[in-house]
Amino acid sequence: MQEARRKMQVAGGRLVITLWVGVLASLLIVGAVAAQGGTVTDDQVNAVAKKLNCPVCENVPLDVCETQACAQWRDLIRQKLATGEKPEQVIAYFRDTYGDRVLQEPPLSGFTALIWILPFVGLVAGVAILVVVLRRMTARSVAVDATTEASPVADEYRQRLERELEEIK
Amino acid sequence: MNDTVAKRQTGSVWLIVALLVVVGFVLVLAFALRARNATQPTSGAAPDFTLQVYPGYDGGLGKPQIKLSDLRGQVVFINFWASWCVPCRDEQPVLEKVWKQYRSKGVVFVGIGYVDTEPAALQYLKDFSVTYPNGPDLGVKIAPKYHIQGVPESFLVDRQGNIVWFKIAPISEAELIAQLNQALAK
Repeated sequence: MQEARRKMQVAGGRLVITLWVGVLASLLIVGAVAAQGGTVTDDQVNAVAKKLNCPVCENVPLDVCETQACAQWRDLIRQKLATGEKPEQVIAYFRDTYGDRVLQEPPLSGFTALIWILPFVGLVAGVAILVVVLRRMTARSVAVDATTEASPVADEYRQRLERELEEIK
Repeated sequence: MNDTVAKRQTGSVWLIVALLVVVGFVLVLAFALRARNATQPTSGAAPDFTLQVYPGYDGGLGKPQIKLSDLRGQVVFINFWASWCVPCRDEQPVLEKVWKQYRSKGVVFVGIGYVDTEPAALQYLKDFSVTYPNGPDLGVKIAPKYHIQGVPESFLVDRQGNIVWFKIAPISEAELIAQLNQALAK
């Protein structure tokens, strides 16, 4: 009888230990999921989304676009952040999958670097043209003045003009 | 005097360089604008592409990748779609039905997912029990070749690899069958 009671006590103890282990394991799993970002906020999603473009609109940031396509993309961002991916990794995924055009700011590399460089090159070239043309115009104007002042013909006309003006007086 | 001439020559060189830069700038913009305004090809050789198919969506071809030029000799129906596209949902049952009727007649259907997310695209394919080859346009490299303006858009390529038909809206069963028959008769 005592033997049976002892066996039941041992079995009961084992059951209690098993239950405790189960509860602890569940808590650890829940904690790990929460730590990985199981609850991703809209702000976290939008922080990534605003660095991306809507795939079907022209230059509309993903965080403010209301198309179904954008809603799906934001869902994917949320899923990826929830699994612990860093915002940079999520952006890299979108860039790899959909190309550079999804980035709000085109990267400063390859062909897209032209988008950043060309306006400055154009501006510098425009200023250079302006400077050269203005210099030439100034130089020509000075040369014309100098020629006019040194000309004996001009002197003669000036003298005649002054003489005739005197006569009128 | 010589100094003035030298200065003028230097100025001229700079002026020419600056003008060339400006001309180059304008040319780049012009080409970009031209590429942007290009429309879908409606005839001539179909732009070649390689499509990485979704797992389980090779349409029985037994390859993880489909190269359009490898399908030469068969009539190829190319359909750009997306799971977020409502009209695509309208035409999807038609495409699957016609594919099943024509797959044994030398016709290959190729579905290309346009800027879709993989989970949503796979769910869409599952929802419509799609069996023909389908894959994502990774890096959005195929769509620009065909200058698509939206989805759904479809192109029919004949056995010689030329585009013979194009449609920018959902396709009806009757018109798709008519176009396939015409392409097969050539």
